[in-house]
Amino acid sequence: MKLSGGDLLMRALKDEGVKFIFGYPGGAALHIYDSIFRQKALDHILVRHEQGATHAADGYSRATGKPGVALVTSGPGATNAITGIATAYMDSIPLIVISGQVQSHLIGTDSFQETDMIGISRPVVKHSFIVQKTEDIPRIVQEAFHIATTGRPGPVVIDIPKDKTDPSILYTYKRKKEISLRSYQPRVIPHPGQIKKASKNILSAERPVIYAGGGVILGNAHKELIALNKLLKAPVTNTLMGLGAYPANDKFFLGMLGMHGTYQANMAMHHADVIVAIGARFDDRITNTPSMFAPNARIIHIDVDPASISKIINADIPIVGQVKESLAALIKEIKRSKIKMDSEALESWNIQISEWRQKHGLDHDRYLSQFKSQMIAPQVVVQELYHATSGNAYVTSDVGQHQMFVAQYYHFNKPRRWINSGGLGTMGFGLPAAMGVKLAFPNQEVVCVTGEGSIQMCIQELSTCLQYNLPIKIININNEALGMVRQWQDMNYGGRHSASTYSDSLPDFVKLTQSYGHIGMKVTKPSQLRKTLDKAFSMKDKLVFVDVYVDPNEHVYPMLVAPNGSMKDMWIKKNTKA
Amino acid sequence: MKRIISILIENKPGALARVVGLFHQRGYNIETLNVGPVFDGSFSRMTVTTRGTESDVEQITKQINKIIDVIKVSDLTEGEHHEYEFILAKFKHTDKILKTLKALNGKIHEKNKEAMVMSAWGSSSEIELAIKTIGKTNLIELVRSGSLGLHEGIKVLKI
Repeated sequence: MKLSGGDLLMRALKDEGVKFIFGYPGGAALHIYDSIFRQKALDHILVRHEQGATHAADGYSRATGKPGVALVTSGPGATNAITGIATAYMDSIPLIVISGQVQSHLIGTDSFQETDMIGISRPVVKHSFIVQKTEDIPRIVQEAFHIATTGRPGPVVIDIPKDKTDPSILYTYKRKKEISLRSYQPRVIPHPGQIKKASKNILSAERPVIYAGGGVILGNAHKELIALNKLLKAPVTNTLMGLGAYPANDKFFLGMLGMHGTYQANMAMHHADVIVAIGARFDDRITNTPSMFAPNARIIHIDVDPASISKIINADIPIVGQVKESLAALIKEIKRSKIKMDSEALESWNIQISEWRQKHGLDHDRYLSQFKSQMIAPQVVVQELYHATSGNAYVTSDVGQHQMFVAQYYHFNKPRRWINSGGLGTMGFGLPAAMGVKLAFPNQEVVCVTGEGSIQMCIQELSTCLQYNLPIKIININNEALGMVRQWQDMNYGGRHSASTYSDSLPDFVKLTQSYGHIGMKVTKPSQLRKTLDKAFSMKDKLVFVDVYVDPNEHVYPMLVAPNGSMKDMWIKKNTKA
Repeated sequence: MKRIISILIENKPGALARVVGLFHQRGYNIETLNVGPVFDGSFSRMTVTTRGTESDVEQITKQINKIIDVIKVSDLTEGEHHEYEFILAKFKHTDKILKTLKALNGKIHEKNKEAMVMSAWGSSSEIELAIKTIGKTNLIELVRSGSLGLHEGIKVLKI
């Protein structure tokens, strides 16, 4: 049977196992939308803004490990998708973004809704395709999925001029058994010599730290990470993107590291003699001043992307390979090795870390004293959320103080439960991402922790949630200000709150949510918090928006001292350095 | 220092833009750029010259390698290599210019009362020197191929 370009696209997506397309129609995509209408294998989710489509596809991908798919029209549809594509790019999320394009003969003529999508997306995609022949569509889709999901994953754009999906032009659908690109062969298996060297160095360490990032989650290697540390019994820290890669309730877990990492994690990194970086990229929010980073440490760096190795911090032992395969090889080598770790040295290292934890670790008992106070501390909201969801929810977040509070106080024991925009730091990510997660796991609790700033960047998706019955819980940590901006202004700009406040013009979120057909609740007193959350979570089939007014003066601590600070230099509370 | 980077890449629409764009995105400059189809025409060979430290160039070559269409990348300056540049110049001729360009494999393509058009090729330093010799007052128009580079010996860029 011969198929049109739109039907070829649907068939190819189906064969890739796609269940959902998040999209928004428009002129150049109309042939494709007609094909969507005439098939049953895939569900199309109509968002309210193309940014929402890309974030929803992204959230779906982060939670499931499968690539997310978004479909937008040309021109503004394409440009609106860019923020979401860049978000996925920075966090290495496999995403397929299909954009309609004006007809081939109109390209370059400034025609209606024309934009050079390939050009505009180039810096934020792993790769992109423009369809030049209808019959290429199945091959391009197959190659796009292959590229998006292998090596270091990332978003791939497929730009399809409208005439290539013309319903009157028909071709036979063909699918290749295997995809092989002569210019793209990412390394999977690590070099055995490097694994040997790494094993030797790790086993000779006295103060080792495992620093594991999002690559462990993306590479589905959390089991290998746990197995590795069963052998080593070394302290483990996770990056913002890596939370959940190592169980937070494990005694060797230090918490998150970096800008707002725990005192013990940052101190351990600074004083380590061997750092094993796994699927992490020494982001500037981790290292603080690179020249002052971990002065006595040998660096072992495992990453699938050779360009991530020695980019910021020179690696003494670089290992290029998939995290899963690399850790498996490392475990095997360590088991085989005759070198035994110096257990006394390791013991005193772990004691040192406990002391750091005692001294300035996160104050987990804080909420016990909260019921007496007038204001709700934002950290307490996260702790109460953890309590209400038994720590088992899929939690998405937006960007800012609330994001850091979740990272610090919601203890993720499983991978793919913590879904946030780490690299790009995209406000507006949380709600649409939660939609993608909820569609993937309709029977799981999905919570979007947000702030009154971030939520307003994609609030229109409340309408999508009603249309597709997505009973997400939204916890709005409302401090009536752009909290992280204000924190920096408090700390670095003499408390001058330039363009970071709007308390006189915030919407009534309860009424706003209600007008979208959902439930809204407001909490202002500590004593109401637990009750309200319990009530919200008891409404299983409703989207509930809980607007929690918190202490607007709260800052996120610890915080690395910058500029010219190392990882041991931290603010641990207001006006106090460790 | 000056670096000569050689790239074998798919000859596909947009492939060149990905390489050029990357230099800008990552904060590096392109000094010269040469590109043309090679082998069966489905490949292009590029020579890019840039300036940077060893670690800069390591990062540039790694990032270029990540471009899906790129097949091979090599920093020619790491080892022994050949480097030549070709120029076409239009100028008010003097015997001195003629002699200089003749020494650089110069060939006269056009000669009239007002001006002369010559081609020449040599190492980039020889070419720089020749351009200086022509001088601002005599030089009317100049085009440069940018550096062209190959590894010395048996080392090659191929699939």
